[in-house]
Amino acid sequence: MTNLFNYIDRKSKVHDLTGATKFVCLLLWSFAAMYTYDTRFLLALTALSLILFPLSKIRVKDVSFMLGFTAVFMILNNVLVYLFSPQHGTEIYGTCTYLFGLTGKYAPTKEQLFYHFNYFLKYLASIPVVILFVSTTNPSEFAASLNKIGVKYSIAYSVALALRYIPDVQKEYDEISKAQQARGIEMSKKATLINRIKSAAAILIPLILTSMDRVEIVSNAMELRGFGKNKKRTWYMGRPFKASDILAMAFCVLLVVIAALLNIINKSRFYNPFV
Amino acid sequence: MRKFSVKTVVATGIGAALFFVLGRFVAIPSGIPNTNISIQYGVLAFISAVFGPIAGLLSGLIGHFFIDFSFGWGVWWSWVIASAVFGCAMGFATKKMDIEGGVFTGKNIAIFNIAQVISHIIAWVVIAPTLDILIYQEPANKVYLQGLTGAGVNILTTAIVGTLLCVAYAATKPKKDSLKEEN
Repeated sequence: MTNLFNYIDRKSKVHDLTGATKFVCLLLWSFAAMYTYDTRFLLALTALSLILFPLSKIRVKDVSFMLGFTAVFMILNNVLVYLFSPQHGTEIYGTCTYLFGLTGKYAPTKEQLFYHFNYFLKYLASIPVVILFVSTTNPSEFAASLNKIGVKYSIAYSVALALRYIPDVQKEYDEISKAQQARGIEMSKKATLINRIKSAAAILIPLILTSMDRVEIVSNAMELRGFGKNKKRTWYMGRPFKASDILAMAFCVLLVVIAALLNIINKSRFYNPFV
Repeated sequence: MRKFSVKTVVATGIGAALFFVLGRFVAIPSGIPNTNISIQYGVLAFISAVFGPIAGLLSGLIGHFFIDFSFGWGVWWSWVIASAVFGCAMGFATKKMDIEGGVFTGKNIAIFNIAQVISHIIAWVVIAPTLDILIYQEPANKVYLQGLTGAGVNILTTAIVGTLLCVAYAATKPKKDSLKEEN
C-alpha cells in the first residue's frame, strides 16, 4: 500500500528538484521524443536518460519490474505493427530494399527494420524518464506543485484529494467485495461474461453509494472551512524554486527546440538514410 | 451545480480515486488473454451524469494519468486524453438529467445509453487512434482495430454497470412531491 506509486525516497540532485519542475521537464521531454523520429536525436535522448539514473541514485534493481512491464508492452506493440503493416517502412521512407532475397507482403525490408528500430528507440528515449519521474516524485508534493505551474488550485486540490482517498476507496472495495463473495457472487472464470459484469455491479453499487456520502461529508467540511474563498492558498508540501529547477526546465525547453529544428532540417519527422 | 463548486472539486477527486482503484486493481478476466474488462468507464459515466462535464473530464484525466503513472509503463497521453473526452462528452449529453433529484426512468436510460455509445466511439475510434498516429506514427489499421475493440468492450460494460449505478443511485434519492398531505 505505502509503495503504491513506487516512490523511492533518497537524497539526490533529482529528488531535490521540485515536483513542478520534474513534471514540466517530463512533459517537455516526452513532447520532444514524440515530436521527431530523428534516429540520432532519439539515440542522444536515450543516452541522456541513462546518465540521469545514477544521478538520481535509482538502481536498475529498484525499477526492474516496471522495466519488465514496459518490455512486454514494447514487444507486443512491435509485433502488432509488423502484423498489421509489414510495408509501413516503405511507405515512410519511400524506398524498398528486400533482405535475404525474399519478396512478398511479409518479407523483411531494410526500411521496415529501420522503422521498428526507430519505434523501439522512441520508447527507449521516453520511458526511462517516466520511470525516473515516478520514482523520484512524492505524489503529495506533485499535487501541491501543480498549482505553482499555473493549474487552478481547485484542480490541484482535486488531484490531492484523489491521492488522499485512493487507499480508502481501495480498502472499502476490498471489504465490500469479500462480503459479497461470502454471500455467493462469482467473479472468476467460472461465471459467464455477462454474469461477471453483473456481479461487479453488485460490488460497485454499495461502493458508489458510500463514496457519494463521502463526497457530501468532505465537501461540507471544506465549505465550512471556507474553501475557495481566497484567490490563493498555501500548500503543506510546497517548496520554492531553486536555481537548479530553472536550469533543468531551460534544458528541456532546449530539447524541444532541437527537435523542432531537426524536423525542419529533415523536412519531415523522419531521418531518412535511404535517399 | 453546474458551476465549479466545492462539491465538484470533491466529486472530481473521489471520482478519480474510484476510477483509479477500479482500473488498477479490479481485473475481471474477459476470456481473451491479457485483456481485462475495464469497469471504470461505467463509473466515470455515472460521475459525469451526476456531477457534470467538468467533473467527468477531470476524473477521467486524473484517474487515467495515475493508472499509467503507477504501472510505470509510460504515460499514454493519447489514451489519457480519450478518457477525459469520454467523461466530458457524457457530462454534456446528460446535462438535462436530474439523477440527484431521483429521476432516472425509461427515457433517461435510453438517452444515457445512446450518449455513452456515441461518446465511446468519439473517444476510442476517433480521438485515441488519431492521436496515436499523430504522436507515434503507428500504422492506421492497427490503431483503429485497437480503438474499435476498446470501444466495443467499454460500451458493453458502461451499458450494464453505468445504467445499473444510475438506477440504483436515483432510487436512493427522494423524489420531488413524493410526500402527499393526508386529509
